[in-house]
Amino acid sequence: MKTTLTVFLKEVKENLRDRRTITSALLYGPLIGPVIFVLIMNTVLTRELNKADQPIKVPVIGAEYAPNMIAALKQQGLLPQPAIADPEEAVRNQGAEVVLRIPADFGTSWRKGEASQVELIYDSSQRDAGSSVERVRHMLDAYIRRQGAMRLVARGLAPTLMAPVTLDERDQSTPQSRAGQMFAILPYFFVLTVFMGGMYLAIDLTAGERERQSLEPLFANPVPRWKVLLGKLAAICAFSLTSLLIGVTGFGICGRLIPAEKLGMVINLGPSFAGQVLLIMLPLVILLASLQTLVAAFAKSYREAQTYLSMLMLVPALPSILLSVMPVKVAEWMYAVPLLGQQVGITQLLRGGQLSAQEIATCVISGLIVALLATLLTARVYSTERLAISA
Amino acid sequence: MIEVKDLHKHFGTVKAVDGVSFQARDGEITGLLGPNGAGKTTTLRMLYTLMNPDRGQVLIDGIDAKQDALAVRRRLGVLPDARGLYKRLTARENIDYFARLQGLDDTLARTRREQLIKALDMADIADRRTEGFSQGQRVKTAIARALVHDPKNVILDEPTNGLDVMATRGLRQFMQHLKQEGRCVLFSSHIMQEVAALCDRIVVIAHGRVVADETPDALRAQTGEANLEDAFVKIIGSEEGLAA
Repeated sequence: MKTTLTVFLKEVKENLRDRRTITSALLYGPLIGPVIFVLIMNTVLTRELNKADQPIKVPVIGAEYAPNMIAALKQQGLLPQPAIADPEEAVRNQGAEVVLRIPADFGTSWRKGEASQVELIYDSSQRDAGSSVERVRHMLDAYIRRQGAMRLVARGLAPTLMAPVTLDERDQSTPQSRAGQMFAILPYFFVLTVFMGGMYLAIDLTAGERERQSLEPLFANPVPRWKVLLGKLAAICAFSLTSLLIGVTGFGICGRLIPAEKLGMVINLGPSFAGQVLLIMLPLVILLASLQTLVAAFAKSYREAQTYLSMLMLVPALPSILLSVMPVKVAEWMYAVPLLGQQVGITQLLRGGQLSAQEIATCVISGLIVALLATLLTARVYSTERLAISA
Repeated sequence: MIEVKDLHKHFGTVKAVDGVSFQARDGEITGLLGPNGAGKTTTLRMLYTLMNPDRGQVLIDGIDAKQDALAVRRRLGVLPDARGLYKRLTARENIDYFARLQGLDDTLARTRREQLIKALDMADIADRRTEGFSQGQRVKTAIARALVHDPKNVILDEPTNGLDVMATRGLRQFMQHLKQEGRCVLFSSHIMQEVAALCDRIVVIAHGRVVADETPDALRAQTGEANLEDAFVKIIGSEEGLAA
């Protein structure tokens, strides 16, 4: 116990003196997530909101053939722009998001009571265009329905003839669950924070020590290697846990800066959320510290360890990616799988759901068991002869 | 007292140590002499239990290294080939770390540390971080760190490697001092003059085997060479001749 404590204190002291470790573990690692998050969310939300409020500018070709329709669209907030020469090209190179083209015979067919055609030209592969196209289509639909109804009325028929079925949508999502969907990436940020918080330490304490040739004198002391390893793991955990604390606090503060309520969403990243996140992330802190040390123990140099660990960093992203591309129904067994359990659990919290004590316990206990196995494996590698030999 | 009996160690197909036996007695300086790659470092690494021998036995003060590695390490002060100081710690902090790992209490650790700092004449660098230390300063710190628990047996792997003349002289005096204190000092070197100047006994290693184990005088008499360096060349050379 004393040995472990000695090693722990020395590693913490030594690494607190290293600016690179400090900035990466306690500054960039935990804070870059919340900051990027707020920036992106703010930009996206603000732009969407602005678009919805403002009149939409649409180049119209042949506006003179349908003056009544254009007047009706204007009332709904469409600002007709002068015709442009090559609308197809313009939407492709983002010169315009959507163009309305009215053919010359619009008036003729209108007067005959036939279906008149108008063209909506857009490029659906342009990310920005989507909401504008939706809005223009919506305006046109409204106009078309109204004119259809008026024609029926003019012939003495009830407009309901046109609508044998009326559709009423009842969306069961809550402001919180809509937000949860939007913030599905958040759990990965937390895992990443833990990973980044411990990474430099894990490299430095094993691969770094070997490269600087201090592992050999260290192991000449009359202490079992596993006790030294425990001290080092404790130091890594201390850093990654601090990193996570800062990250969770950061998100808590940044959560208030996102104007989610304007979209009819609620995000709650407050103390109760933070507490539960910390609890279910705890086994991951230990597991990742062990895995990072294990990987670093196989690397011949600091650089090599860095390369391996960057690759290992992609592993925690897998559950996040999987869950975002294929919406899997959350099942009980998922809580028992480390990484997946945390992902599912935090997503659940974000959607405003509650985690039962049993779910939390499953998540924590299974995580601790896997962490213990990883630690035992790392201890085995630590006791091998070649670990200490630097040259 | 260090006893080595018939040590073997191989790496892949290379027999790094191939049947090494010798003794290093208390109150004597024993030199392990051999060309680069002769197996000196590997032999020493088996002594301080960093490596396990394929075959053979290591006894430190009568304790078998295989039976009780921790007890053996407690009785050894080791300056490995790899000096490896902690750069972001001061010299004092480096020494303290090892003192705690050796299980010394704070008072004893402080006393020993200050004794060594004085004996090694390193008071002026004791509170500097070891990053940027000269080779000599590094060796001093590493030795102080290795001897903080007052071990009976001292193993030094190529202690004068990379040191200038003054630092080398200082270190030799320090080793004599250790001998006066009745310790068993075992050090390796590939420099003839150094071994000749210091040693009570010389163990010559070549190709992983002991080719001579004598006092300097006996070595000279055995080879018929008045000069130790010539004696050394003759021993190694003839052995190579036999092997071929």
